[in-house]
Amino acid sequence: MKTYDMAELAVRNLRESILRNSLTTVGISVGVASLVAMLSLGIGLQQLAGRRLQKSGLFDTVVVTSRRDLRGFNREQEENGPAPAESPALNEDARQKIAQLPNVLEAYPDIRFITELHYADKPYLTMMAGLPFSAKSNDAFDGMQGSFFSSETTPEVILQKSFAAQLLGKTPKAGSEEASVTDLAKPLLGKQLTMRYAERTATPSTSQAEASNSAGTAYSVISREVTLKIVGVCDLDPDSMRGQARARVFLPLKLAQNLHVMQPSDLRDSTNMAGGTPAFTTVEVHVKSPTQVQTVEDAIKKMGFNTFSIVDATRSLRQFFAVLDLFLGIFGSLALAVASIGIINTLVMAILERRREIGIMKAIGASDGDVKGLFFAEAGVMGVFGGVVGVALGWTIGRVINLGTNVYLKRQHFPPEQIWFVPWWLVLGAIGFAIVVSLLSGLYPASRAARLDPVQALRYE
Amino acid sequence: MPGESNLNGSIAIRTENLCRYYTMGEALIRAVDGISVQIASGEFVALLGTSGSGKSSLLNLIAGLDRPTSGTVVVQKSDLAKFSREELAKYRLHTVGMVFQSFNLIPSMTLLENVELPLRFAEVDRGKREGLAKQALERVGLSARLRHRPTELSGGEQQRASLARALINQPQFLLADEPTGNLDSQTGTEIMNFIREFNETLGMTIIMVTHERALAERYASRMIFLADGKLIGDQSNAVSTSTGPSHGGGL
Repeated sequence: MKTYDMAELAVRNLRESILRNSLTTVGISVGVASLVAMLSLGIGLQQLAGRRLQKSGLFDTVVVTSRRDLRGFNREQEENGPAPAESPALNEDARQKIAQLPNVLEAYPDIRFITELHYADKPYLTMMAGLPFSAKSNDAFDGMQGSFFSSETTPEVILQKSFAAQLLGKTPKAGSEEASVTDLAKPLLGKQLTMRYAERTATPSTSQAEASNSAGTAYSVISREVTLKIVGVCDLDPDSMRGQARARVFLPLKLAQNLHVMQPSDLRDSTNMAGGTPAFTTVEVHVKSPTQVQTVEDAIKKMGFNTFSIVDATRSLRQFFAVLDLFLGIFGSLALAVASIGIINTLVMAILERRREIGIMKAIGASDGDVKGLFFAEAGVMGVFGGVVGVALGWTIGRVINLGTNVYLKRQHFPPEQIWFVPWWLVLGAIGFAIVVSLLSGLYPASRAARLDPVQALRYE
Repeated sequence: MPGESNLNGSIAIRTENLCRYYTMGEALIRAVDGISVQIASGEFVALLGTSGSGKSSLLNLIAGLDRPTSGTVVVQKSDLAKFSREELAKYRLHTVGMVFQSFNLIPSMTLLENVELPLRFAEVDRGKREGLAKQALERVGLSARLRHRPTELSGGEQQRASLARALINQPQFLLADEPTGNLDSQTGTEIMNFIREFNETLGMTIIMVTHERALAERYASRMIFLADGKLIGDQSNAVSTSTGPSHGGGL
């Protein structure tokens, strides 16, 4: 029998006992729906986590520290690498070398210092950090009021929300609602701050002899003042893991470098053998994509520095989601397994019921293959319908869950999130899976029907 | 002895020491027990015997629905016993047409679909199928009943439809198992007249199982008598070849 005829006959046979076959198909649909709902939830959560983590900028960043520092992030590195005292200094030369490594977007020193800011004649002690100009395009500054720095060296600052509140005397009390960024930004944008800081300047060597005698670097410290214009207020969490964010006031990185602000690590320079150039505590390296982090890290390690990235953390996160997907998939498949038993039952019942019909078909010339194909096609048709309806049902369930979650999130004053996502491959995969499961379930009944002895089948009333 | 008088055509079916045994519990049932018979093409043979005499079992063996325990069934020089399941199905599809006492139409299908079904198995083009099926139904006078289901028809109509189905693939043999057993005598005569017509006009070889000697005498050109699976008699029968109303034979 031709395939099309087979399918046509299968559909009409299924229509004959519409109730039983519909119920079986509904069983498959529920199985597919639970599979789709579970997996789309898993995928949605994974994407949500991925988006969140991507935004944090953690995954494309490698933090480089010198082995000369007392603390390293990784004990193993310290044991295997060159002795701390012999390892290279993390200075401007090293930064440039790192920046030229393949797949590195940029490498910039982490410049941060505690200093005193004057606003409206009142002093405020706070942590300041240099912010690379590339941060402008970073979505971490989403929701910032005002504008980004106009250039890499203009004396401008961006305030962190809580510092802005402090300047306005609006320190939030426990339990009360925080003021919005917009409210805080209005009175502050365009205003000026005065920053007092200690500038580190190279001491002009008085004589060659004196220079050769000194064991480390000599420099002088001069107190200076600079006026900075407030251009933006942002909502970055100062306690987040993101390195740049761990300050309350940001100024352009180039400006911070040019000011030669005395940094805590400078004190150590005065006693070590680094030579004249000032060293950085840490250099942050931005990599093109998270997948290249490992290669870049290895390259930097070869140069003799300690590195740290959160790639290990993502790996375990990915593993977590893989396991989550697996379990959600297993639970979804369980429902489908139950449904497949339903198919087997329905078709075996159909064989008993249609025994005589099978006998007739064989008597008038149907081959074993025709009979087998017919039952197989019936299972397949139930699979197709069950799969399509199931995907639609699963999609609807997912939407409802998403809607419910967002209503809940809104009540809790969180922005809405897409925690559920049905990719195309899942739609097609689920339908395909339903068909395969149905066909597998049809295998036994179909071959049983094909083996039926026509003489006995015809005798059956 | 076997049918000397009627071997005017070539031999179409030949069985040799054909046996079909069943085991039922511990008992061995010899349904067909060493039957050797030759049937010429174009013959109208009636298989006669009481119930349990093995006439239906012999018919099933000739129809390729069953396989012999031993012996051979040679149809057009090939031994059905050596056929694969697939080959047997092909044989049933193209070489034989079957008619049963209980009509055996598929209840969920209309008459047209029932008659069309063997064409589906024979993979005849969709476009041609309906025309052929209509033609066959027309031949048995059922053109007005194409879209009816078997349960909506009388027994005679159902049997006519099953005749149309048996003819659809233009087989050489028509095997009929008590074709009038469920019909009143008038409708039975109607069916028998159709069968005789196929024998005479299409040259089909007919093998009909019946327990009614009168019916056999009236239509068959040869009568084979069976008892306990054995051939106990084989005689030719002079019948009037007219397709009109019966005269003579029967009660």
